[in-house]
Amino acid sequence: MSNEAVLHTHATTDVHHDAHGDHHGEHHHHETFITKYVFSQDHKMIAKQFLITGMVWAVLGGLMSVLFRLQLGYPDSTFPWLEDILGKWAAGGKITPEAYYALVTTHGTVLVFFVLTAGLSGTFANFLIPLQVGARDMASPFMNMLSYWFFFAAGIVMLSSLFVETGPFSGGWTAYPPLSALGDASPGSKTGMDLWLISMALFVVSSLLGGLNYIATVLNMRTKGMSMTRLPLTIWALFFTAILGVLSFPVLFSGFILLIFDRNFGTSFYLSDIFINGVGALPNEGGSAILYQHLFWFLGHPEVYIILLPAMGMVSEILSVNSRKPIFGYMAMVGSLFAIAILAFLVWAHHMFVTGLNPFLGSIFVLLTLLIAVPSAIKVFNWLTTLWRGNIRFTPGMLFAIGFVSLFISGGLTGIWLGNSALDIHLHDTYFVVAHFHIVMGVASMFGMFAGIYHWFPKMYGKYLNNTLGYIHFWVTIAGAYLIFWPMHYQGLAGMPRRYYDFSAWESFNKFGDLNRFISTVAMIVFAVQILFLFNFFYSIFKGRKLTNPNPWDSNTLEWTTPIHPGHGNWVGEIPEVHRWAYDYAKDGKEFIPQTTPVGADESHH
Amino acid sequence: MFLIIAVTVLIFLVIFQIAKASEYVAVLKGEEKSRKQDNKINGFLMVVFLVLGLIGVWYCNEIYFGKTLMAHDAASVEGARVDSMLMVTVAVTGIVFLGTQILLFWFSYKYQESDNRKPYFFAHSTKLELIWTIIPAIVLTVLVVIGLRNWFLFTGEPPQNAMVVEVTGKQFGWIFRYPGKDATFGKKYFKNIDNATNNLGIIWEDQMSHDDLVLEQTMYLVKGKPVKFIIGSRDVIHDVGLVHFRMKMDAVPGIPTTLWFTPKYTTKEMKEITNNPNFAYEISCDQMCGNGHYSMKGVIEVLDQEEYDAKMVGIKPYYYAAFPEKDPSMAKPADTLKLAAKPVEAATKVIAKM
Repeated sequence: MSNEAVLHTHATTDVHHDAHGDHHGEHHHHETFITKYVFSQDHKMIAKQFLITGMVWAVLGGLMSVLFRLQLGYPDSTFPWLEDILGKWAAGGKITPEAYYALVTTHGTVLVFFVLTAGLSGTFANFLIPLQVGARDMASPFMNMLSYWFFFAAGIVMLSSLFVETGPFSGGWTAYPPLSALGDASPGSKTGMDLWLISMALFVVSSLLGGLNYIATVLNMRTKGMSMTRLPLTIWALFFTAILGVLSFPVLFSGFILLIFDRNFGTSFYLSDIFINGVGALPNEGGSAILYQHLFWFLGHPEVYIILLPAMGMVSEILSVNSRKPIFGYMAMVGSLFAIAILAFLVWAHHMFVTGLNPFLGSIFVLLTLLIAVPSAIKVFNWLTTLWRGNIRFTPGMLFAIGFVSLFISGGLTGIWLGNSALDIHLHDTYFVVAHFHIVMGVASMFGMFAGIYHWFPKMYGKYLNNTLGYIHFWVTIAGAYLIFWPMHYQGLAGMPRRYYDFSAWESFNKFGDLNRFISTVAMIVFAVQILFLFNFFYSIFKGRKLTNPNPWDSNTLEWTTPIHPGHGNWVGEIPEVHRWAYDYAKDGKEFIPQTTPVGADESHH
Repeated sequence: MFLIIAVTVLIFLVIFQIAKASEYVAVLKGEEKSRKQDNKINGFLMVVFLVLGLIGVWYCNEIYFGKTLMAHDAASVEGARVDSMLMVTVAVTGIVFLGTQILLFWFSYKYQESDNRKPYFFAHSTKLELIWTIIPAIVLTVLVVIGLRNWFLFTGEPPQNAMVVEVTGKQFGWIFRYPGKDATFGKKYFKNIDNATNNLGIIWEDQMSHDDLVLEQTMYLVKGKPVKFIIGSRDVIHDVGLVHFRMKMDAVPGIPTTLWFTPKYTTKEMKEITNNPNFAYEISCDQMCGNGHYSMKGVIEVLDQEEYDAKMVGIKPYYYAAFPEKDPSMAKPADTLKLAAKPVEAATKVIAKM
């Protein structure tokens, strides 16, 4: 596409909005510890709060997976130290089924919402949107602060649910009623579920406050010359992510409200024809358990893209910077993000092919689901072409970006299997699904997050992360991720159902003992390496090699035009004006041309 | 345990010291020079990872393919279609997987930073982008067509001669009901459920219910005869998972669902095919249903028609479990007093229902 053309049409019409902020960046407000580090309204500090809180949850959620992998890998062994940690939940050194299901459920909830939604998009939307569009801060710094503290409160409530006597919620992160509605059907659905719902409600509030802010900032607060088509792809991705969140989280919330009514106030939205052993027949009639699934997956599927799009955006940016050439097909990249965002709302029922869904409706969802593969394919091929004939620098961020593409391909392709309903009948709720979504959504997005952290750490803290540790982190993690999840496809093809505590009683599924042990062992090693990364992170904040060059990656985007330690307000003096798109690398023999460089008279058009 | 932690911490320290040292060395040697060295190592590792990865993919298939269901024939006529569709999908996605992964790691290796290379300014190409929009779209259309043909077959009406069995999930087991000679199920109502004598809540006043057979945990099907399941649940959502038949359907309280297939091999034949004397057609619950989810197992025994007939003759209608005195084989010694007492009880149940 031609940015020059855009320049001439838009530069004159773009609104100035930095006038009021001019004095802002120059002299700092008097800041106390509380206003600077705790109740901060600086988007950069809020981003760091999201990131570090996300890290805490990632460690907890990861540790939970290590614990339940112990059960899966060594179902016949006992570990007395488990009883020391978990008490009655691991009586005799063996995790109980209740504890196993609670761990699986909390692992899922925490990783999906707290780590990959708040930790990933909360961090980078906050950090990058103002810096890359050229704004002093978010549209509403106060709402932004609230967004973090609602998230924090959601975390506290979730954490407290782990200490409830009847245990945390244990019915799977999707929380399907009637199981999640009836405490008599499962002890985890008693107080644990109330806390789970409160926590998720707080989280929805946090996510909406954040999302509205991101949208407002991108639309209204771009600096002079920063037309929409000059935005870096990170911002496009974060913008679509925010829209997805704002439109779908309220639907989830409504689903939760109905669930709260069914649980506490005797309504029958989801309940009908139920007889519980030991209790007898319940009075509820006429509800539909499937209604919840529609409401849940109307968020649940966009949620996958809420997690994935920010990673895609950052990966596009990082691949281009470190290949030293422009991202291939910028407009196609924006277009495919848009297509994915639209389709994300139209495919939710592919999670429900085996619920007795109307077959005709199912067939529409098959069509729309497989349609998503087209924009996804465009993205992959464009990334590959971006690498082609580049001059690649393997920074740790770049390694993780390449790893992301690899994982996105592997996990995306299995989506073509699962999206085809006739195959899904067979593969639904087996380990094949576990492998699929962990690779494409879990690990791939984690890789996007790591790529972002390595790439923008110098901007966040004015220090470098240790590269050698970064390389070790990358190679062990990508090898480990494939070793863990690739063989799971075979378990899935053997029909092994997910969420089983023990397979030993099953003639059809008990033949993978060795493999389960192997997967559990690799999972522990990979977990240990993540701790190594965290160590690198926190060590480097204080003792890392100091940044001397404000633009360490020779990058074009605006955030690198700020001082090494930008204050609240980001730029000293006026916000720079933008004259071109973000991807003029290797143009006219120049290594890179920052967005702030005016277009030269003799510059070639592309 | 403490040993493991201690060793891990020690390894961490060693790695950290090496990493820190390499940073100092880099400063001494000149950062640019050591960066280029690192770049070479990582570029080389890209191609190493590609080669080892592809070997790994092959090796994984070698050792685990035999353990998947694909290693032998599907046990239902419809399942064979799932398998063939699966193979087409494997082929298509496999080619794309190999192509893109090889390009990704090969490009990373080949175009690693070098002083002699000028990166090529290549911002877009409508032709290329159209190619990789249209080709995937066409390939996907083919997959969708194959998929939907199967989907409509699987979710459509079963053949006329299909037998019907009602399958009901509960925490944590399965109840099966056969309609008996009249080929019609008696009506049921969940408030009539009583674990001792009426685990499905059958309305006994409905004459159709009197010859219904109710079994728990094990059910019997006929080889070559299509069967339709009418699936329900007594409490939470369960799922009838039939891996060998390649079928699956949720059991939802209050909303009946259906599923049908045609068993192709008897259990005995499958024992030979899979070379496993303990083989059983297991029904696994595939929807999280509580703490006993992993143990919610049912068994299907597929028999020849004669074996099946012989088996079913021996099973008494469930009605007689509730009303033993009505059982013709028991009726002769029974006195009239009991017979008179029962209808009253039945009548109260009707009232309860209303």
